[in-house]
Amino acid sequence: MAAQTSSIIDEPLGPDGELAPDETVEVHPDVALVERAKAGDAAAFEVLIKQYERQIFRTALHITQNREDAEDITQDVFFKAFQKLEQFQGNSKFSTWLVRIAVNESLMRLRKRKTSKTVSMDQDVETGEGSIPRDFAEWRPNPEQNYNQAELAEILRKTIAGLPPGFRTVFTLRDIENLSTEETAEALGLSVPAVKSRLLRARLQLRERLSRYFRKTNTGPGATHTQAAKP
Amino acid sequence: MNCTDFLAKLTDYFDGQIDPDLLAEVKQHLGTCHHCEVVVDTTRKTIDVYRGNQTYEFPEELALRMRAAVMERCKAVGRLPDVEVRESKPVGR
Repeated sequence: MAAQTSSIIDEPLGPDGELAPDETVEVHPDVALVERAKAGDAAAFEVLIKQYERQIFRTALHITQNREDAEDITQDVFFKAFQKLEQFQGNSKFSTWLVRIAVNESLMRLRKRKTSKTVSMDQDVETGEGSIPRDFAEWRPNPEQNYNQAELAEILRKTIAGLPPGFRTVFTLRDIENLSTEETAEALGLSVPAVKSRLLRARLQLRERLSRYFRKTNTGPGATHTQAAKP
Repeated sequence: MNCTDFLAKLTDYFDGQIDPDLLAEVKQHLGTCHHCEVVVDTTRKTIDVYRGNQTYEFPEELALRMRAAVMERCKAVGRLPDVEVRESKPVGR
């Protein structure tokens, strides 16, 4: 994430709106930028966009798997955030607030595209599939080194695209965008245990799928598997 | 601790959110179960390979175009009087 980490402490203010002299409050730099944007400072809002546009675009792209949708969603997210700036009170990180909008917009876009299917964070996550490891082949120490950058990116895209939306969204936020478990739960409107459960299954399923490329003994996608790994 | 118990703790183990007693049990299990050791190693590599490599490109040209489009839309609703869009290219794809 682009913003420097510092804690948001929503200390209640005294009756006169001032903090007691001995209270030290670290305010996230985004809070000041948001306040300036609320007051009509375009440069401040542009800084916020610059900080999070990459994260929002990648999140939307991971969920929708469609570049044009992700571009539209990214623009919509920042425009909606701008329109709703007054609603942002600083109780959560601004980035988490943006991600939540992005996730909702992305799921809505998926629903529009798949008119006959319901798309939600719960889709396909209630089954037991992928929760038990089946492939126990060891991987090479630096498995990605056998592929060039373009090949590796294709493998990673193809592999994560095979996960149900609910799983790949949790993995994207937690493991790619480095949100904490609590932030991921907040962005997705899920409980912390639900995030942990989905994260485990997402990680295990990705592991199984990547094993065909990265295992020690069989190097290619066409290699024979000794275990029942499902690519 | 058996393999099922171990798997239930895997997320907390990776996140370092496991209490010392349980951590000792986890490590003891890992020392005796090669399958779980492989699962830990390969799951960690799975996370590392996604964290360490760019799955999707985000070119600067795209960033500029999207940013310009957003700022134009914000300007259109009239709450950014001093807006200056820094990109002269046409808005939209």
